[in-house]
Amino acid sequence: MEATYAFCVGVLTTCGFFLVLRGRTFTVVMGLTLLSYAVNLFLFASGRLKLDGAAVLGQSSEYSDPLPQALVLTAIVIGFAMTAFLVILAMRSRADQGNDHVDGQIPAKPTKSVAQSKRNS
Amino acid sequence: MQHLPIFPILLPMLAAVFMLLPPLSNSINRHRVFAVCAMLALVGIATLLLITSHQQGTQMYILGGWQPPFGIALIADRVSTTMVLLTSVLGLGAQLYACAGDDNDGMFFHPLFMFQIMGINGAFLTGDIFNLFVFFEVLLIASYALLIHGGGKQKTKANVHYVILNLVGSSIFLFALGIIYGTVGSLNIADIANKVRLLGEHEQALAKTGGLLLLVVFGLKAALLPLHFWLPKTYAAASAPVAALFAIMTKVGVYSILRVHTVVFGEEAGALASIAIPWLWPLALLTIAFGAVGVLASPSLRLTAANLVIVSVGTLILAIAMQREAATSAALYYMVHSTLVTGALFLLADLIGKQRGKAEDRYVIARKMKHGKVIGIAFFIAALTVVGMPPLSGFVGKVLVLQAAQGMAEIAWVWPVILIAGLASLIAISRAGTTIFWRHEGESTIDAPLSKLRLLAVALLLSASPLMVIFGGPVTDYTNLAAAQLHDRAQSVDALLPGGIEQ
Repeated sequence: MEATYAFCVGVLTTCGFFLVLRGRTFTVVMGLTLLSYAVNLFLFASGRLKLDGAAVLGQSSEYSDPLPQALVLTAIVIGFAMTAFLVILAMRSRADQGNDHVDGQIPAKPTKSVAQSKRNS
Repeated sequence: MQHLPIFPILLPMLAAVFMLLPPLSNSINRHRVFAVCAMLALVGIATLLLITSHQQGTQMYILGGWQPPFGIALIADRVSTTMVLLTSVLGLGAQLYACAGDDNDGMFFHPLFMFQIMGINGAFLTGDIFNLFVFFEVLLIASYALLIHGGGKQKTKANVHYVILNLVGSSIFLFALGIIYGTVGSLNIADIANKVRLLGEHEQALAKTGGLLLLVVFGLKAALLPLHFWLPKTYAAASAPVAALFAIMTKVGVYSILRVHTVVFGEEAGALASIAIPWLWPLALLTIAFGAVGVLASPSLRLTAANLVIVSVGTLILAIAMQREAATSAALYYMVHSTLVTGALFLLADLIGKQRGKAEDRYVIARKMKHGKVIGIAFFIAALTVVGMPPLSGFVGKVLVLQAAQGMAEIAWVWPVILIAGLASLIAISRAGTTIFWRHEGESTIDAPLSKLRLLAVALLLSASPLMVIFGGPVTDYTNLAAAQLHDRAQSVDALLPGGIEQ
C-alpha cells in the first residue's frame, strides 16, 4: 500500500511541476491543481497510513492520527480558493493581453523560413 | 489584559468585515474615516502589546484553551511585537497616502488592506508552523487582490507571475510541513525545537529536507537570490500605497527564517544544528551584490526602490547567518529602519511621478516640478537614510551590522560587500536626485496639486529615521534584549511549553 501511495504522489508531483513550467496559463492552472492533489495526499500520509483506524476516541481499538486529516482539510479549502482566484486571473489576463501566455506575449519562435532567410543572406 | 495578543489579528479582520456591511459599504469616505480610525487603534494596541511584553515577559495566548504543544498558541515576545508595531505604523502611512485618492481606482481597497494587515500580524504572532502557513495564505490572497487593484495591463501581467510563483511556493511549504510533521510529530515551533534533537538517524535526513524546503519557501517570500526575480517588476507595477505595504512582505520571509532557523534549527539542534547557514552565507552576499547591480541599472525611482528592498533583504539574511546575538539585534534595528524608509521611497516615487506628467519617475529630463522644494527635502532625507549616510538611521543600522561581524572569519566578505553595495546605492540615488530635481527644461505646465495627506504620510514614515537615531540608545537596548530572548533557549523554547511554565 505504501509503495503504491508514494508512487501516486510522485507521479502527481512530477506531472504537476512539468505542467507548471509550461508557457500557457491553462496548463499552469492544471499543473497547480495536480500539485495541490499531490500535496494533499502527501500531508495525509504524514500521519502514517492505517486501515480501519478511527480518528475519534472510543470508537474502535485502532486509532489513527486525526491531525493530518484536519491539515488536509485546511489545505484543500485554501488550495481550492487559490485555484479559483488563479482561473479568474488567467481569464482577465487573456482579456487584457490578448493571449494566454504567462508572459503576456507569445515569444517569437525562430521559424524555418527565418532560419532559411538568414542562411541565404 | 489577557486577550491583548489576539487583538492585532482580530481588529483588522473585524474592521474589514464591517467595511463590507451596509452602513459603511457604499461610501468611500466612510471607508476612509473608519479605516484610519481602525489603523490608529491598531497602532495603539500594538504599542500596548509591545510594552506589556517588554515589561511582563512573553505573552502567550492559547487559542481555545488547548494547551501547547497540541493547540495553536500566539506568542507575543519582543521580536514579534516589534514586527507587529512596525506593520501597523507602515500600514498607517500607506493607508493615509491611499486616502488621498489611490483607493478610489477600484472597489474594496480598505477591506483588502485590512485583511492583508491581519495576515501579516498573524504570521508574526503565531507560534504554530501550520498556522504560519494559514496566515501566509491570508496575507497572500489579500496581496493578490491589492496588487491588481485598479487594473491595467502591467498589473495583470505582474500579478500572473506573482500568483503562480506563490502558489508553487505554498505547495512546497505544505510538503515541508508534511515532512516535518511526519518525522517530528509536532507543529508547535517550540515543541519541534525540542524534539528535533532527539531524532533517529533515518529521520534526521528527512527532517533536514523539511527544514531546507522551508528555507526555499521563506527565501521565495523574502526575495533571496535566486528566487528574487519576481520582486522588482511586481513592486514597480503595484500602486504606490500597495508597494509601500509590500515593503514588509519580504520581511515576513526574513522573520520566518529568523524564527525557524534560529530557534528550531539553531546551534543547539544536535545533528541538525545550523543546516541552513552554509546556504545563507553565499546567497545573502550574492543577493546584496545582485541587488546593488539592479540599483545601478534601474531606469526609474520605483525600480531603484524595489532593488533597494533586495539589498536590504540580503543585509538582513547576512546578519541572520552570523548566528549571534549582536547580529540579530542589528538585524532587528535594520529591519525596522529599512522597511519604513523603502516604504517612504515608494510613496515618494509616486509623488514625483504625479508631478512630472509623462516622464513619471523615470530618470529623463523633464519639465521642472511645481512643488519640487518640498518633495526634494523629503527625497533628500529618504536618500540619506536609505544609502546609510550619517546622521540618520541607515548609518546606525549599517554600523551595527558591520560591528556584529567583528571577530568572524567571514568578515573579509561581509565588510566589502556591504560597503560596496552602499557605494552603489549612493551613486544610483545621487544620479536619481540630480536628474529628477536639477536637470529640467522649461517651467511646469502640469498643475498637479500636492495633497497634504500624502505629504503627511511620507513625513510619518520618514520621521522614524531621525527618531531612531535620537532614541538610538533605548532602541538598541531593546533590540539587544529581544535578540537575547530569541537566542536564549529557556525563554524562546522551554517557557512556551507546559512544563516550562510551571517550573
